[in-house]
Amino acid sequence: MREYLDFEKPIAEIEEKIEKLTATGQERPGVPDDLRKLREKLYKLQAEIYTGLTPWQRTQVARHPQRPSTLDYIGRICDRFLELHGDRLYGDDHAIVAGLARLSGRSVVVIGPQKGKTLKERVLRNFGMPNPEGYRKALRLMRLAERFNKPVITFIDTPGAYPGLGAEERGQSEAIARNLMVMASLKVPIVSVVIGEGGSGGALAIGVADRLLMLQYAVYSVISPEGCAAILWNDPKKTPDAAEALKMTAEDLLRLGVIDEILPEPPGGAHRDPTAMCNAVKKAVEPHLSALLELPLDELLRRRHTKYRRMGVLGGE
Amino acid sequence: MAWFKKERSAPEDQDRKKVKVPEGLWLKCNHCRAIVYRKEVERSARVCPKCEYHFPISVEERIDLLLDLGTFREWSAGLEPTDPLHFKDTQRYSERLQAAQQSTGKKDAIVIGEGRINGARVVLGVFHFGFMGGSMGSVVGEKVVHAAEGALRERIPLVLVTTSGGARMQEGILSLMQMAKTAATIGRLAEARLPYFSILADPTFGGVTASFAMLADVILAEPKALIGFAGPRVIQQTIKQQLPPEFQRAEFLLEHGMIDLIVPRKRLKETVSSLVEYF
Repeated sequence: MREYLDFEKPIAEIEEKIEKLTATGQERPGVPDDLRKLREKLYKLQAEIYTGLTPWQRTQVARHPQRPSTLDYIGRICDRFLELHGDRLYGDDHAIVAGLARLSGRSVVVIGPQKGKTLKERVLRNFGMPNPEGYRKALRLMRLAERFNKPVITFIDTPGAYPGLGAEERGQSEAIARNLMVMASLKVPIVSVVIGEGGSGGALAIGVADRLLMLQYAVYSVISPEGCAAILWNDPKKTPDAAEALKMTAEDLLRLGVIDEILPEPPGGAHRDPTAMCNAVKKAVEPHLSALLELPLDELLRRRHTKYRRMGVLGGE
Repeated sequence: MAWFKKERSAPEDQDRKKVKVPEGLWLKCNHCRAIVYRKEVERSARVCPKCEYHFPISVEERIDLLLDLGTFREWSAGLEPTDPLHFKDTQRYSERLQAAQQSTGKKDAIVIGEGRINGARVVLGVFHFGFMGGSMGSVVGEKVVHAAEGALRERIPLVLVTTSGGARMQEGILSLMQMAKTAATIGRLAEARLPYFSILADPTFGGVTASFAMLADVILAEPKALIGFAGPRVIQQTIKQQLPPEFQRAEFLLEHGMIDLIVPRKRLKETVSSLVEYF
């Protein structure tokens, strides 16, 4: 069963018509013609709706329950994947998936949050909100990658680091801070892809990279639009305004120099054609990885450092 | 019996937020809520005589408290914030900046420079909570980096005193990127084996805690300072449970192994000075 977002209602209506018409039998005179017309209409409508998406609508697309997840990408992009577990300090965080993979004949380390699709899965995955042990598992595997000279690929899709009691007790801030520092000088290439929701420090903690790619309708922000509306407007109804003001779309981030490339999504978003989306991501990641692997180490690190050193906009002198 | 309960049921958090420093002879403590004599508080480096809570102090007071008198030379004083996103909520960011600059006399939420602690040269950075909650945008990030790069260049220790609500929302993703930028530079300092000490004052949260503040070689905190990643209200709304007493206070962090030492303000200078000597 497909799930439709509010603004996708017109799409849902046409798809329903198509379904009914198909069920009545395609042999009947006139039906194939009607079907063709409906499909054309659907295609146009979908393109229309998706070109005009507001930042808040994009956020909803980025959070779509059927949007391909970290495990979907790993499953479709990698030839093999061996998930590894635990931070060796406290526990294994199911909100972050990490392990060894083969990608086009290369060994790589792959890391990414997993939100879960069914309710049961979501609870198990803590809705993709990692605890410190998740970030420390990621860190352990990044250091493993460094030791054995394997590139790191991370997928970013999380509402943010979990704001919980235990998370604070076990040093959520320290875990995030440590990852930022280690990733900034990790001696292997890092390519990150924002596939859905980039939720603040919880996303950045696995997102310091040589190349940061972002899906067309993905979002990435310092705070969720809901949180921003609550704090600055003191009014949850202002969430769409906050989404607009935060400049959190892929185009915004490209303009601000935060990401390197936007990966176009299939018509109607990644969830309409996960196979096509996964192939596109694979096709986009490979050349970046190859180019980075050719760089001498000191050059790789120098460029990464310069990239982050320049972040921000300053006035005065 | 209900009317008895009502009196006492005001949650601690709401109450805490309402406590503002009033003008006049008397002060209400942010922590124990006792009414204390202002002069007495001022005489004791702004520490509550009842509960040892450390009241916020100005950047200038902090510099005088830590450095040898008259040795501070400010760096990068000309850096000014801009409004790269043209951010507007109920007010424009540019207007908020102007108002903060007028009320504080500062260009942004941090002052950096070099000075001496008992004769030893250090780089010092001090946050100003009064400037938009000490939040970190492009200028604050850049100045933290300048401070660290200065320490690298001069080969002297770095000391940062934090009071901050976290990243500055009005600069959006660029604020978030300051976390990566500052953490990267602290990494360089570590590689060069130059000591870095952070002093976490009340309050230190979000993007500041989750970047350079928790990456110091030695982490000090002032007594009763609130320190954390997420704010207590957000946590309470998420887990829907009562938070333990003294949650996210410096003492709580010490107990959980997250900081090295809690140092009362009066002993801060001698502690930092002895740390500088050790390294």
